[in-house]
Amino acid sequence: MTARNALFALIPALIATPGFAQSQSGVSEFTLDNGMQVLVRPDHRAPVVVSQVWYRVGSSYEGRGQTGLSHLFEHMMFKGTEAYPEGRFSEIISREGGRENAFTGRDFSAYFEVMAADRLPIALELEADRMANLQINEDALATERQVVLEERRLRTDDRPEGRFGERYAAIAHPATGYAHPIIGWADDIRQFDVADLEGWYQQWYTPANATLVVAGDVDPQAVHALAQQWFGDIPSRDVPAVYDAESLSPPGERRLTYRDAQTQVAQLRMGYSVPSLATAQAASDPYALLMLASVLDGGEGARLAEEMVRGSEVAAAAGAGYNPMTRLDSEFSLFAVPSDGDVGAVESALRAQIQRLQDELISDEALERARSQLLADHLFELDSVFYQAMQIGMLESTGAGWETLDAFEQNIRALTAEDLQAAAQRYLRAEQLTVGVMLPEQSGDGA
Amino acid sequence: MAAGIMAWASVSASAGGAMEADIQQWQTNNGAKVLFVARHELPIVDVQMAFDAGSARDGDSAGLARLTNHLLLDGTSALDAGEIARQFERYGARVSTNSGRDTAEVSLRALSEAARLDPVITNLADALADARFPTDAVERVRQQMRLGLEQAQSSPSDLAERAFAQGIYGDHPYASPPSGTLDSVLQLEREAVVAFHQRHYTASNATIAIVGDLEASRAKAIAEQLSSKLPTGKALPELPEVRLPTSAQTIRVPFQAEQTHVLIGQPSVRRGDETYYPLYMANHMLGGSGLTSILAERMREERGLSYSSGSRITTGARRGRFQMSTQVRNEALAEALDVMRGSFVELRDEGPNAERLEASRRNITGSFPLQLDSNRDLLGYVSSIGFHNLPHDYLAQFIARIEAMQASQVTGALNAQLNPAQMITVLVGPEATINAVD
Repeated sequence: MTARNALFALIPALIATPGFAQSQSGVSEFTLDNGMQVLVRPDHRAPVVVSQVWYRVGSSYEGRGQTGLSHLFEHMMFKGTEAYPEGRFSEIISREGGRENAFTGRDFSAYFEVMAADRLPIALELEADRMANLQINEDALATERQVVLEERRLRTDDRPEGRFGERYAAIAHPATGYAHPIIGWADDIRQFDVADLEGWYQQWYTPANATLVVAGDVDPQAVHALAQQWFGDIPSRDVPAVYDAESLSPPGERRLTYRDAQTQVAQLRMGYSVPSLATAQAASDPYALLMLASVLDGGEGARLAEEMVRGSEVAAAAGAGYNPMTRLDSEFSLFAVPSDGDVGAVESALRAQIQRLQDELISDEALERARSQLLADHLFELDSVFYQAMQIGMLESTGAGWETLDAFEQNIRALTAEDLQAAAQRYLRAEQLTVGVMLPEQSGDGA
Repeated sequence: MAAGIMAWASVSASAGGAMEADIQQWQTNNGAKVLFVARHELPIVDVQMAFDAGSARDGDSAGLARLTNHLLLDGTSALDAGEIARQFERYGARVSTNSGRDTAEVSLRALSEAARLDPVITNLADALADARFPTDAVERVRQQMRLGLEQAQSSPSDLAERAFAQGIYGDHPYASPPSGTLDSVLQLEREAVVAFHQRHYTASNATIAIVGDLEASRAKAIAEQLSSKLPTGKALPELPEVRLPTSAQTIRVPFQAEQTHVLIGQPSVRRGDETYYPLYMANHMLGGSGLTSILAERMREERGLSYSSGSRITTGARRGRFQMSTQVRNEALAEALDVMRGSFVELRDEGPNAERLEASRRNITGSFPLQLDSNRDLLGYVSSIGFHNLPHDYLAQFIARIEAMQASQVTGALNAQLNPAQMITVLVGPEATINAVD
């Protein structure tokens, strides 16, 4: 926290800009007496505000028979209160020139409004009202259940990639809350009743389990006062302890071969279970994994495109990625589409790429390129006020903390080629690996 | 609590004026149009070069515009694709290419610090001026497009989109899918790519939009550098007018699934047509405003028929499209079609009620500041203004028109431009399901 403006040190000109110089990432933090957290990120480029209420609950909090409850509940949050019956919330926000919606993830449920900055009190009043006074009735649940089942058909049941993705997650995250889909299994969605949803609301929708993130053309003190005004009087309940099953460590290498009657093109996914920002023993590990993903797939000039898509042309597409913002362990992911259906060939090529990260030191040129890209991308993200709020919300609700933003540049800059090699050797191991293959029904084995 | 809301409701969108983009426009020495907006808050620069080189220019070679666009940065006489890419990446710059029906684009996002920006601009200028379209790259990208097309056959939304464009545009170039067809893509030759590039990627055919942390003098130099090696080029022929469908038609595409995908609509109006504004407002009320629109209320909130129901209206160099869309469980298809078609006819025949019109007006005008709140949004806006020769205060004029809009104008435009007797319905779903409805 003492390093000055670490995130922006790349760009000296910016430090002179008063708005950004106050603190490193410019985030102000407040906690209301009832335990609700308030995080404010001023950005005065446009007279716009993004308001997001994040609850620390998502599909990974669901037990057997409860899958999809967080997501179905998120839909029910639009079903009205005594003061604002169904439809009024959206009508008011719309009439005020705003946009609103919500999203559910494995680790969070979040509700947002984007509006002209002077309309922020409207968003806060409405969000506070549904945090405390939501009404759930049979009819609304019956209708919304149908909507969610249609959403499931659209996203998953009628798409080969959706069907493959659910099967892959089920074996890639054995014994954890990440094994089942966010939207839930259809038979679970069909059996929830009003009491289940009421229970979820009572359990998780309480100030002490919520974070208000406000980004945009606002003053932190004024937002604090507004938050106190609208959320401050909501009585808090204790937040239940989260139970996460002890995961299998190491789980051992797993393989899924899935034939799909409709898919036309074979695909390969590979994933190593790796730490996240929240679970890492060594603080630098997630950054090393980000750098490794960038070395493989930072752009068209990186290794996978250079060697697999051009070069050998074994793949029509290939990629790597790592999301460090997860509450439980994350995944270092690889994927490829074979250019001529030969899944075995792309799997071998991806394994060879991992082997190379473990055997060879990354060149100075490649290291510098990955570093430049990650730091520039981090800066480019500031162009979106919405994404700034998203990042803060995700970091908070996964347990990494918003302060992580301040440590980003320093952590990326500190990594050496030796660090990356060590991380590859330590984490990208076969015993942590899941291999998933989707094949057209009539093709050969391919693997 | 209600009182608090009412008090705030009286605050007008006075902040909107702050978002007037100060656009500077000029031409480069060889005729490329340039639009520039200085934004100094973040040390970044966005550049987009848009060419009249979209799939509307494909002729008989569906996919040619996209193939050419994909190959733009794949090799010069000095550098191969990887070397070009790494020259961007070492400075943290992001470059992408993209193409649709009207335009094909190259976009760059870079840090504005001269030591990082200058080499990136030079690299982009060289790659564009000396694009060589190596034979192996042509073959590789063609195969990638072929695989993409094969994959799209398992996507009901892709199947619906293809059938819909074909249905509403008939023999117009807009009917041709930008990604081509399985037959057409395999026949695309390098010579055709080279010829397409020479004819369309010219200075007189280019709009260069620049937004970011630059002085105008530097933006001028960048625009010169990016365009000076492009051929001056000749004006392209005008695209033909879109002919409207002469009768309603239902196009059925069999696909085994639990839901049927539905698209209903017709060609809309071209950019610059005055009826676009009332049609925009009609569409906003019908299905263009998220959860508060008529279609979302009736299809989703009241009946639970679908997750996503809405409508959109677009314009282009020629008539764009009006389309209503949903995805619905197969057993409820007939009910969904009744609701969608009925909602459109009701709005067209009876007009919007005063309350809905006012709510819609308030949403559109009140969301004015949200339209251009990032450099990226601004870039797209400025590029579009340049490409379509729109006034620099297009957004302000747009808002003023919505402010003054009367219900009678909305119904007048709907009756003049959109007619259920000319609408195309596309159904992608199981054969028994889609054959059981009109």
